[in-house]
Amino acid sequence: MKPRAFSYFRADTIDQALNAHARAGDDARFIAGGQSLVPALSLRLQAPRLLIDIAHIADLRGIRREGDTLRIGALTRHCEMLSEPLIAEFAPLLRAAAPFVAHPAIRNRGTFGGSVALADPASEFPAMTLALGAEIEIAGPSGSRRVKADDFFIDLFETALQPGELITAVHVPLFRSGQRFAFDELARRRGDYALVGCGILASHTGDRIDDIRIAFFSVGNTPTRVKGAEAALTGFTFDAARIAAAQAALEDDLAPPESDEVPPAMRLHLARVLLGRLLGRLGEGA
Amino acid sequence: MSAPLTSLDRPNSYIGRSVPRPNAKRLLAGRGRYVSDLRLPRMLHAAFLRSPHAHAKIISIDIEQARALEGVHLVATGADLAKICTPWTGTLDHFKGMTSAPQLPLPLDRVVWAGQAVVAVVAETRAIAEDALELIEVEYEDLLVVVDIDCAREVGTPLVNPGSANNVCFRSQLDSGGVDDVFASAAHVVEEEFSFGRHTAVTLEPRAIVADYDPGSEMLTVHHGTQTPYQFQDLYSRHYGIPEARVRVIATDIGGSFGMKLHVYHEDMAVVGLSILLGRPVKYVADRIESFVSDIHARDHRVRARIALDAKGEILAMDVHDLTAIGAFSTYPRTSVVEGNQVIRLIGAPYRFKNYRAALEVIFQNKVQTSQYRAVGHPIACAVTERLVDMAAAKVGLDPFAIRERNVIADDAYPQTSPTGYRFEALSHQECLRRLHAMMDYDALRAEQADLRKRGVYRGIGIATFVEITNPSPAFYGVGGARISSQDGAIVSLTPTGEVRCLISVTEQGQGTEAIISQIVADQLGLAQEHVKVITGDTEVTPHGGATWACRGAGIGGETALQATRVLKRNILEIAALILQEQPAALDIIDGEVVDAATRQQRLPISEIARIAYFRSDTLPPGTQAQLTVSHHFAPQGYPFAFTNGIQGCSLEVDVETGFIKLLKHFVVEDCGRIINPMLVDEQLRGGVVQGLGAALFEECRYSDTGQLINGSLADYLVPMAMEMPDIVIAHVETPTADTALGAKGCGEAGTAAASACVLNAVNDALTPFGATISTIPITPAKILKALKRF
Ligand SMILES: Cc1cc2nc3c(=O)[nH]c(=O)nc-3n(C[C@H](O)[C@H](O)[C@H](O)COP(=O)(O)OP(=O)(O)OC[C@H]3O[C@@H](n4cnc5c(N)ncnc54)[C@H](O)[C@@H]3O)c2cc1C
Repeated sequence: MKPRAFSYFRADTIDQALNAHARAGDDARFIAGGQSLVPALSLRLQAPRLLIDIAHIADLRGIRREGDTLRIGALTRHCEMLSEPLIAEFAPLLRAAAPFVAHPAIRNRGTFGGSVALADPASEFPAMTLALGAEIEIAGPSGSRRVKADDFFIDLFETALQPGELITAVHVPLFRSGQRFAFDELARRRGDYALVGCGILASHTGDRIDDIRIAFFSVGNTPTRVKGAEAALTGFTFDAARIAAAQAALEDDLAPPESDEVPPAMRLHLARVLLGRLLGRLGEGA
Repeated sequence: MSAPLTSLDRPNSYIGRSVPRPNAKRLLAGRGRYVSDLRLPRMLHAAFLRSPHAHAKIISIDIEQARALEGVHLVATGADLAKICTPWTGTLDHFKGMTSAPQLPLPLDRVVWAGQAVVAVVAETRAIAEDALELIEVEYEDLLVVVDIDCAREVGTPLVNPGSANNVCFRSQLDSGGVDDVFASAAHVVEEEFSFGRHTAVTLEPRAIVADYDPGSEMLTVHHGTQTPYQFQDLYSRHYGIPEARVRVIATDIGGSFGMKLHVYHEDMAVVGLSILLGRPVKYVADRIESFVSDIHARDHRVRARIALDAKGEILAMDVHDLTAIGAFSTYPRTSVVEGNQVIRLIGAPYRFKNYRAALEVIFQNKVQTSQYRAVGHPIACAVTERLVDMAAAKVGLDPFAIRERNVIADDAYPQTSPTGYRFEALSHQECLRRLHAMMDYDALRAEQADLRKRGVYRGIGIATFVEITNPSPAFYGVGGARISSQDGAIVSLTPTGEVRCLISVTEQGQGTEAIISQIVADQLGLAQEHVKVITGDTEVTPHGGATWACRGAGIGGETALQATRVLKRNILEIAALILQEQPAALDIIDGEVVDAATRQQRLPISEIARIAYFRSDTLPPGTQAQLTVSHHFAPQGYPFAFTNGIQGCSLEVDVETGFIKLLKHFVVEDCGRIINPMLVDEQLRGGVVQGLGAALFEECRYSDTGQLINGSLADYLVPMAMEMPDIVIAHVETPTADTALGAKGCGEAGTAAASACVLNAVNDALTPFGATISTIPITPAKILKALKRF
């Protein structure tokens, strides 16, 4: 299990990284934490000629407030989601999801930007960018742009990111009073990719739900917002009937894939159970 | 059970003391010497091209491009290796009528499972060898694939081995007679069909081998991560035609084995041949993906079984049919039928009943071979028996403890012979049941369960009684013609400074073999343990023996060390007596000092005896020849196997909405006879339990219809991990075997034997209110939700 030979370039700036990629064309890959890329190289599922190491680019690091949002640098490591006070205060949903991402050794190296760029439909963070209404900040040969998380995830491992583009940061609206969040997942073992997982961010006036964003992962080709379920709750309170209606809406919101271990009907069932539990928790938090 | 006290029970005895393993610190500090780490001068690396097809004809192999790649030294096909290696066949004579096709390191014209090695490349580095693999072109013609066991048994089905009449490897029957009559008239009969998934060992260190053939001395040295170096010395010698004395197998540190590392693997045999062809050391370490498709798998049984009871719940008879599929070959040299054979012989073993009938069918299919893996057959026999007993208890209206108390063989009724012919010297089922009941606080657990149920929390309690086969005599393999030793050898020397070196044939894979051997030697000689050095795992140095398998290290290896040390002690005391002008019988050794046996007064350090014997023999009486090196062999006699017994219990919670199971606590009461090191015994049990819990909940090699292993990575094949494991509480009953002075039996497989049965019973207990039942292992959320009709 050895990768094919590749060249290695360590970029110190975003421009260096972008230029190196532009010169090498399709045969280059950025490497951040390496926690998904290195296994793929070892299995020879990918065999780029050039690896561009972005892990030392200072501009991709750091978490800071920018107006109404929190700017989370692409190189923010999974373990920092657990330890950074700014995350705990302003993006507690990410804090809640982080312990479920892999294991400590992987969390020490894996990066937020890498996770979002890879867009594994079973990953926690990409789905949480949906629940949070985040924006992805992207740098590319033709400059910078921002893409709403809602528009970012296109298909299986396919995103709005063009080849040679780099995620530089993710912008998350600051968590504020009157909001509630909940996260949970059903995984066979702690740290495994979940059979189904869900994160919710809800805004309230009193008990009334003004706005709710519910994002599932491990339910299809992309992280998925369940708009039918959201609609079933918006403008109401977390009472049993509304929760049941939201659960019922999942039937149309989700189309789980065939899988030998978790048949679609079972995944849908688990999604309903999980949603019911999370909404119940949110209701209790009222 | 309390046996009479012996010298082993002395208060300061090393026997029964939890001393740490002398090698633990070294391994923890990263100073292990694993074959995976080994680098020899001029060493090359092998990689294998594997078949993507489960069954196909090899039409052509084009290796020219691969051969031309810079850094490649050799590309070898089946034909190249067949010229220097004789074929092997995985059958044994005592399994009457069994068949299996001859095997070669690499196939000549047909592949029989997906993942089978087809072409070998040897290169400067493993990476270059893997680059070369991509340049090899093999043209295959698909053959019909036999995957499903029912398909494999149909008349007119495709054959795994063309030329054979069918896909049957072996059939066997046991019948004590009278079974039909008992079933016809019994008050209660319960019946169930069980299935047990295929799983595999997943050792921390995968298989690793460095073969080093030196054409100058015509000597083959193989550094091999194996449990059984002597067996491989014999096999490499015979199949490559090299005299045994010129074959050296070295098995130093090994990162786990669990039975997986004592079988002949095609790649390992090939690597030896590649080294012979090149005259250079060649290394091969299976990567994890390769391990999944080439290590032996195990289990994969389907058992239909029924049990008959009288009106009071006394077991009268059992009737069993075990069907198992083992892959395309029977494994060499231990075969792939032992598991089935043990399943049908171990079913019902804890219980007192007379009428038993069993049939075993072992079937070929296009998957990787199965063979012996920790607790061979035990978990299946135990789960079948114990689940049936629980089902019977429910039918009769007895508590699970009560039905077992009623039916286990009484502790004072030994010796006993089981209806399947196993002879039990002395077991302690009743005492173990009593201990478990108290340890679990069973009545309180039941009360709590009832309370929680009212609140919609579904807890389950399960127990499972078991026996375990340990200390096997030649009845296991030797009688079948296998050159697999059931004896062990030890060479014990007093060194010139008065320390002891013990070379012994049992081997160490992390379980603490070297620790317990040093305890036994230190104890028997009367020396501090730190002055005993134990050396294992080198056929050039250590005497021939069975090494490590089937729970024999402590029972047989330990007895070998004990007897050898007793002879050495006698020899030392003879010299001491000459020096001190005493009778040897009047002397003893304590803490490295020769003492007066009666008064314990110190007379002479043994270092002084060593000094005189080695350097001043002129001062000893004429004619004295000090024998300070003793070599000794011990072969088990008496009972063909030393059976152990025990009982496990578990408490778990089923989330009936998600089908997830949370293990709450696991309990073990176990009787492995004399305990040498309680800490190591407990860790063996805990490790074994965890492996059994993995089988119960997580582990399964899943195949597609076309015979592809679809979860062959650690991301998809789930092994048990710490977060999901419960606390495991352990207690012991000690019934030493009288067949040896040491009295030790094995304990390495006991944990695995019953853990999955326990969970099966507990899950079914939890599901009782829903009328849902589970009879397959592993128990996944999907199966539970299905049983509960949740989707
Ligand atoms: C055993 C194991 C278990 C795991 N379990 C989980 C889990 O439960 N949940 C989970 O979410 N993840 C899990 N992971 C994956 C882990 O979280 C990865 O770290 C993460 O998915 C990728 O981040 P990385 O920094 O390691 O990216 P890399 O591996 O370095 O890169 C991954 C891909 O993203 C691209 N990339 C990286 N950074 C950027 C960027 N800034 N801009 C554009 N492209 C970029 C790379 O080119 C590459 O294609 C697991 C990994 C392992 C090895």
